[in-house]
Amino acid sequence: MPPPAPDRPTVLEEMPPVIEPGHSYASITDKISSIVLTQPTPKSWYLGFGVGFIFVMVLLVSASYLFVMGVGVWGINIPVGWGFAIVNFVWWIGIGHAGTLISAILLLMRQKWRQSINRFAEAMTLFAVACAGMFPIFHLGRPWFAYWLFPYPNTMGVQPNFRSPLVWDVFAVSTYFTVSLMFWYVGLIPDLATLRDRAKNRLVQITYGMLAMGWRGSARHWHRYEMAYLLLAGLATPLVVSVHTVVSFDFSIGLIPGWHSTMFPPYFVAGAIYSGFAMVLTLVIPIRRIYGLHDFITMRHLRHMGEVMLATGMIVAYGYLMETFIAWYGNAPYEKYMIANRMFGPYGWVFWLLMLFNVLVPQALWSRRVRENVPALFALSLCVLLGMWLERFVIVIVSLSRDFMPSAWGMYAPTIWDWGALTGALGFFIACMFLFIRFLPMISIFELRGLVAKVDEGTPA
Amino acid sequence: MRVKTPIYGLMAEFNSPEGLLAAARRAHQDGYRRMDAYTPLPIEGLSQAIGFHRTRVPLIVLLGALAGCIGGFLLQYWIAAIYYPINVGGRPFNSWPSFIPVTFELTILLAAISAVVGMLALNGLPRPYHPVFNVPRFELASQNRFFLCIEARDSKFDQGRTRHFLEGLGSQGVYDVEP
Repeated sequence: MPPPAPDRPTVLEEMPPVIEPGHSYASITDKISSIVLTQPTPKSWYLGFGVGFIFVMVLLVSASYLFVMGVGVWGINIPVGWGFAIVNFVWWIGIGHAGTLISAILLLMRQKWRQSINRFAEAMTLFAVACAGMFPIFHLGRPWFAYWLFPYPNTMGVQPNFRSPLVWDVFAVSTYFTVSLMFWYVGLIPDLATLRDRAKNRLVQITYGMLAMGWRGSARHWHRYEMAYLLLAGLATPLVVSVHTVVSFDFSIGLIPGWHSTMFPPYFVAGAIYSGFAMVLTLVIPIRRIYGLHDFITMRHLRHMGEVMLATGMIVAYGYLMETFIAWYGNAPYEKYMIANRMFGPYGWVFWLLMLFNVLVPQALWSRRVRENVPALFALSLCVLLGMWLERFVIVIVSLSRDFMPSAWGMYAPTIWDWGALTGALGFFIACMFLFIRFLPMISIFELRGLVAKVDEGTPA
Repeated sequence: MRVKTPIYGLMAEFNSPEGLLAAARRAHQDGYRRMDAYTPLPIEGLSQAIGFHRTRVPLIVLLGALAGCIGGFLLQYWIAAIYYPINVGGRPFNSWPSFIPVTFELTILLAAISAVVGMLALNGLPRPYHPVFNVPRFELASQNRFFLCIEARDSKFDQGRTRHFLEGLGSQGVYDVEP
């Protein structure tokens, strides 16, 4: 083989572009804003939103019944006091993390391939965190007192205990939601101005005009805007790592075997990004097809997302390996029993399914043919989503079901209301995503314009 | 001789960022100061070309972060050690290592809020009305065209001469901006 030319490494030449050639500022603006403004809504949108909406109704029924009857309608009891609700909470929060990773960390690393998926991923983060936030509130027993979690002056003279990781969680998740919302909205402002200027209908003009806050693209404004955006990315980066760390503290500060581990924070963060990228792929693949966005979401994006999934999946697999190794090497009887119970106890089948979906199947991503095969990527990301949900099931429920004293052991079985809340939250997420792609530009128009300028200059994109 | 003008300024349209950037540099060299450029995407070096170099956004963010950090810690200290002390096995009330996570979150929260609010406030947004929107072609400023507006309050502004100057910069058109 001849050596590669010194000025152009071969790796770049093999890479598909981040945006297909032949686009201009006008064509990008037109293509993305027409999805919101002029194109007829595709039938599959109604189908997708309809399914989501039905499950939103399921969520409302499940939540109403829960609020009237209390958490006893769920399968939880002593010893398994944390059931599906906490599994779902951790799973949803984790999914949100990929959005922040794409929008903030990849921005700081100047990865150009983030620019056609960041808006989408940020919206996903927002709705995933909203879904996550529901579950601890559902779990409170008296959710109408949820505000007691915050320190505020009150006549009861009572204040939260700041030594509890559950209180840390309140601050971590609410900060995460607020910062994600602001990051997303700030990114939307210039595109809202584009929609305002392209809209023909007066009401639509006024709506987007209000949301765009009178943005006029002044050079001074862009200067401050870019500075603020960069600083927000810099702030969101440690934040995203801290959120799942704090979530993992909910477990690792407890004494239950299977929870009490210093390995939890990095292992949780890697798992979060793993499931988050799987969710981005699960959403992007059908939407790219429905709206014909192959020019903007190219094979390059799908391939890179597959690579990130593979890398984080390997970190997660290392976590499983180390948990087992430490149990054996540490020689603590309860830890050893915890692993034996996890693998061969009554919930052993969940563990082996988890190994299959989270460790074994994703190894296919080593092959480039799989990374470039869209249906295979879609199937793999569904596997990972399911696998990560099972992982949280194993951590939360299997650990609680058998702790120190056999007389205190007990099994957990979800009731129909557990399933109602799980599927209902999924429906809420889907319905929100469909509303988002219908009413807001799902790809950042102004950031893509920056890519065209670079492509026009002839630099390798 | 200066002519009293009822207009806000004169606006020139360009079809490429390079054209606008060159024009902005020329205008600044020529002594114009009260001007602004309007673009559909951030252009590197454009704000410097019109003489805008520094922004106070980072300072505001730093102040927000400090307020969140100090305020967050003091809030927890005051609650846990003074207002509502809980004795857990004789451990100190000021158990500061447990206060770090919330202190950190509040630092990020206040810094991020200051970044967004500070940026919007310095930009004078939200602002529903601005004279530049009176130019019919200006709707392209958020799509694919690039504009340079020299404002009438500039001491060097003269409707005739400034128009002539802008036309000589290779623009696609020069428009009056109604106030």
